[in-house]
Amino acid sequence: MLQRTNGQKVFAVFNTIGLVLLSIIFILPVWHVAMGSISDPLKVSATSGLILTPLGEPTMGGYKLVMQNNSILMSYLNTFIYVLGSTAIGLVLNILAAYVLSRKNLMFKGIIVFVVMFTMIFNGGLIPTYILVRNLGMLDTRWAIILPGCVTAYNIIIMRTSFSQIPDELYEAARIDGAGNFRILWQIVVPVSKAIIAVIVLFYAIQQWNAWFNASIYLTKRELFPLQLTLREIVLLSSENSIVAEADGQDVEIYRPLIKYATIMVSVIPMMVIYPFIQKYFVTGVMIGSVKG
Amino acid sequence: MKKPAGAAGAAAIEKPPFALRLKRDMRANWSIYLMALPFLAYFIIFHYVPMGGVLMAFQDFSIKKGIFGSRWVGMQQFETFFNSPYFTRTLTNTLLISFYGLLFSFPFPIIFALCLNEVRNKHFKKITQTISYLPYFISVVVVVAILTDFSKANGVLTQMAAALGDDGGALISRPEWFRTLYIGSNMWQHLGYNSIIFISALASIDPELYEAAVIDGAGRWKQTLYITLPGIVSTIVVLLILRLGQIMSVGYEKIILMYGPATYETADVISSYMYRVGIQDSNYSYSTAINLFNSVINFIILFVANAFSRKISETSLW
Repeated sequence: MLQRTNGQKVFAVFNTIGLVLLSIIFILPVWHVAMGSISDPLKVSATSGLILTPLGEPTMGGYKLVMQNNSILMSYLNTFIYVLGSTAIGLVLNILAAYVLSRKNLMFKGIIVFVVMFTMIFNGGLIPTYILVRNLGMLDTRWAIILPGCVTAYNIIIMRTSFSQIPDELYEAARIDGAGNFRILWQIVVPVSKAIIAVIVLFYAIQQWNAWFNASIYLTKRELFPLQLTLREIVLLSSENSIVAEADGQDVEIYRPLIKYATIMVSVIPMMVIYPFIQKYFVTGVMIGSVKG
Repeated sequence: MKKPAGAAGAAAIEKPPFALRLKRDMRANWSIYLMALPFLAYFIIFHYVPMGGVLMAFQDFSIKKGIFGSRWVGMQQFETFFNSPYFTRTLTNTLLISFYGLLFSFPFPIIFALCLNEVRNKHFKKITQTISYLPYFISVVVVVAILTDFSKANGVLTQMAAALGDDGGALISRPEWFRTLYIGSNMWQHLGYNSIIFISALASIDPELYEAAVIDGAGRWKQTLYITLPGIVSTIVVLLILRLGQIMSVGYEKIILMYGPATYETADVISSYMYRVGIQDSNYSYSTAINLFNSVINFIILFVANAFSRKISETSLW
């Protein structure tokens, strides 16, 4: 065991305190919203400080109001559809691309690599993409949210890097047994790559769960809105009115200050619940991504 | 194709003709090309068709006539942009947000990684790190929602500023606060995530170096100075260069959630202006021209930065 000097001990204490404070700063804003969402609405409107514990008698009134609201429930369901749809399609394309790019001795590999990689440094931009989606007749359909951006060159490269590390002998053995590329991919590559597949699923799913922008330009029908877009309307464009108008009873007026907080929590909670289970995959993925593919 | 080294006779082995190679390649690899079709189709439709659509920057594009029927106007859209008052304003705002963003948000993940590296208790280290990238998972909409709540008239941040002598009211609607709020919330959201790469660089430093240093009588501080920092300096340099390569790209997604006419003065960047004229005013050609201008500049800067990075550190994007 190394001897620690006094200076080092002092540093260790300050370092620990600093890191604890930083951790608190990371959590505090969300904590404030969580506590605000179950506080007494009158006190919430009156306070100007951080809400560290529920103000007044804890209440679920805000959540009740949010849960009764059709547009929130519908957009919740929509988000699930979008996450499932785009992750599934993106994953299949991603696996195929990663497999192709990890193969050697392909005559046209250079071209294929270029076609994929070039999209990382140049893209048509907002309007040409919008016009494309419009011309494909996808405006105001779920496809406009599911397809554009469902597979990215960055994630392909991460998976390719991982596929390339599978020993050649495995492929050779399978080939000698008469397996074609589809069987090799499905029965050998995919089963040994579960960890990286989990990472990529995670990346695509989070990206779609948190996305709002494409929906804001491609969709006008409210019944297709994803959660983040509804959230934006309620908390940023301050149209709680749409919610209030839908609900009935005198509860509405009373709980109005809680609607924003409760809506935010409703969108954040699922992520927070799965976060402890997914975070280790996340770090793995970021590390592979940072090492150039 | 690499030729076998040193064999003079090898040059005599000619490459088979293209048609033959193609035939062999197709026989051996047809199923791989079959697999390539779906994603190549995807990239061509969703990336390369819009790239072609960029041509509308040189047109007076009308959605009815399409890209083949619209009138060509040359550089007119670009000239309009360069001559408009928005050009200087959005360019300045873009550069300032990037520059301050780099200045403040670049060093902190490194300092955080170094501090974390000094922690001996493994559990504490792990928990702190896990908490640090939690904000990364929160959506931009939620981050801006919380930020807006904190910087409304009686919000926490506004009250803190007031306690320090500021008396201008809600921070969110004041141009002089926009950059601080934008960069501050970015740092909150990305500090942990951006530190991951440094933490892994620190973890890959050979422990024997530290042991040797201890035998030589080096204290903690000297170890940090002569082993830890040199161990991650190449990572720092590469990331810094790549960040510099993005100095002209500030995305619109967060800006347009945060800004309003009251804060346009400092908040409106090239991309947010491009969004406004394109999506809200349906001025498609003009918007595409602005975006193309920005992309070309980005492309050049990134290219230079990348070449520079490759030269000094042998690490590069491509």
